[in-house]
Amino acid sequence: MNYKWNWGVFFQQTPDGDAFYWEWILSGLAWTLAVSAVAWVIAVALGSVIGVIRTTERPWLVRLGNAWVELFRNIPLLVQMFLWYFVVPEFVPPLKGWMTSTEPIYAQFLSAILCLGLFTSARIAEQVRAGVQSLPRGQRMAGRALGLSEAQVYRHVLLPMAFRIVIPPLTSETMNLIKNSSIALTIGLMELTFRSREMGEYTFNFFEAFSAATIVYIVIAMTANRVMAWVERRTAVPGYIAGGGK
Amino acid sequence: MGFDFAVIVNSLPYLWKGFQYTVQLTATAAAGGLFFGTLLAMARLSSFRPLALAAAGYVNLMRSIPLVLVLFWFFFLMPLIVQGITGSERPPPIGAERTAIITFILFEAAYFCEIMRAGIQSIPRGQVSAAYALGLDYWQAMGHVVLPQAFRNMIPVLLTQTIILFQDTSLVYVISATDFLGAASKIAQRDSRLVEMYVFVAVVYLVLCYTLSWLVKRLQRRVAVVR
Repeated sequence: MNYKWNWGVFFQQTPDGDAFYWEWILSGLAWTLAVSAVAWVIAVALGSVIGVIRTTERPWLVRLGNAWVELFRNIPLLVQMFLWYFVVPEFVPPLKGWMTSTEPIYAQFLSAILCLGLFTSARIAEQVRAGVQSLPRGQRMAGRALGLSEAQVYRHVLLPMAFRIVIPPLTSETMNLIKNSSIALTIGLMELTFRSREMGEYTFNFFEAFSAATIVYIVIAMTANRVMAWVERRTAVPGYIAGGGK
Repeated sequence: MGFDFAVIVNSLPYLWKGFQYTVQLTATAAAGGLFFGTLLAMARLSSFRPLALAAAGYVNLMRSIPLVLVLFWFFFLMPLIVQGITGSERPPPIGAERTAIITFILFEAAYFCEIMRAGIQSIPRGQVSAAYALGLDYWQAMGHVVLPQAFRNMIPVLLTQTIILFQDTSLVYVISATDFLGAASKIAQRDSRLVEMYVFVAVVYLVLCYTLSWLVKRLQRRVAVVR
């Protein structure tokens, strides 16, 4: 293979002359993290609600939750991204007005967080449902027998345990979310993968640029893993294997 | 703004061609991924440390970077590799469609590896010992005793992964290959009919994937081995 590696390329000036290429990678990383963080909040909030309503005893709520999960799980993420960016605004005129008048990056950011947030919420809902249903039936009954309302049973009995059980799958969903945020490049959002390809196109040093992005993704994945392991240890309930480790 | 069904009907032949590529890509990547994934799983479980470490490294690398980035890597790397092998003057053109197939096989191998590893580990150790005691060598024990059972146990998971793969193939859009979504997107932009085309694609994927996962769920109940 005859490819001339040139790692110095990161310290070259970009064509517009006011930045170095390493700053492109860094700003790409910032957008990746920003999109992932906001989408994560949406996903966990919505996913918890949808997951919980699927464990209630009201058939129409369960059906609504199931439909939500099936809808977001069975359409490719990239198609969903296009739907949020190109199709939904056509049906919501005020949104379209805002998207065409504001800076493109805000419109892209909004579409990306909605798309990734709702997509991931369906997957988290599935984990939360499994978490609640893995608890012994007696816990719910004991709670009701003590005179707690249904909401109180969830708040004080079921959810505190269910969320601890959900932490490991939630970790892998978090890492999936960060990886999936790269799909936002298809609507022009200048996140990490977008920036590294752009850098490759300007400098023809594709492999240096992709190497940088690859390393950054690996570091993010490892960090997310560590953070969640720390959360898991902090929230562990002594005596339960769900707490993990000692 | 009216929803124009004629746009969809008129472009059906072109979309069908894209869809055929999507199915071909999914099938090839699933078969290739399963083959190399099984080999990788055997390597990961090997008692020869360097081999196990190399396989684990490959799998973890593939699983920690986005598929989009992997597609970009191979899109630019493949011509150089082929040039290195054939020794030609300049990097040969390979085409997005063929790059996509190779990339997906290599990428999916990492995911299928983890599934097959779980499958192999679900087989009681005693069976392997019994196979060796009967005089089978490693490949015979794997081929006749462990893998058929591991494969059977993992069929539902393998099929679910294939449905995910079927959805993920839409990402070849980023290297401009013309799959189902790629075809729809080209027509959408040519005719300025983004709403019709993308909604149509979404509905087709939704119906197909929902039906397939429902079938997998039924199959799962039927193939469950009674122990």
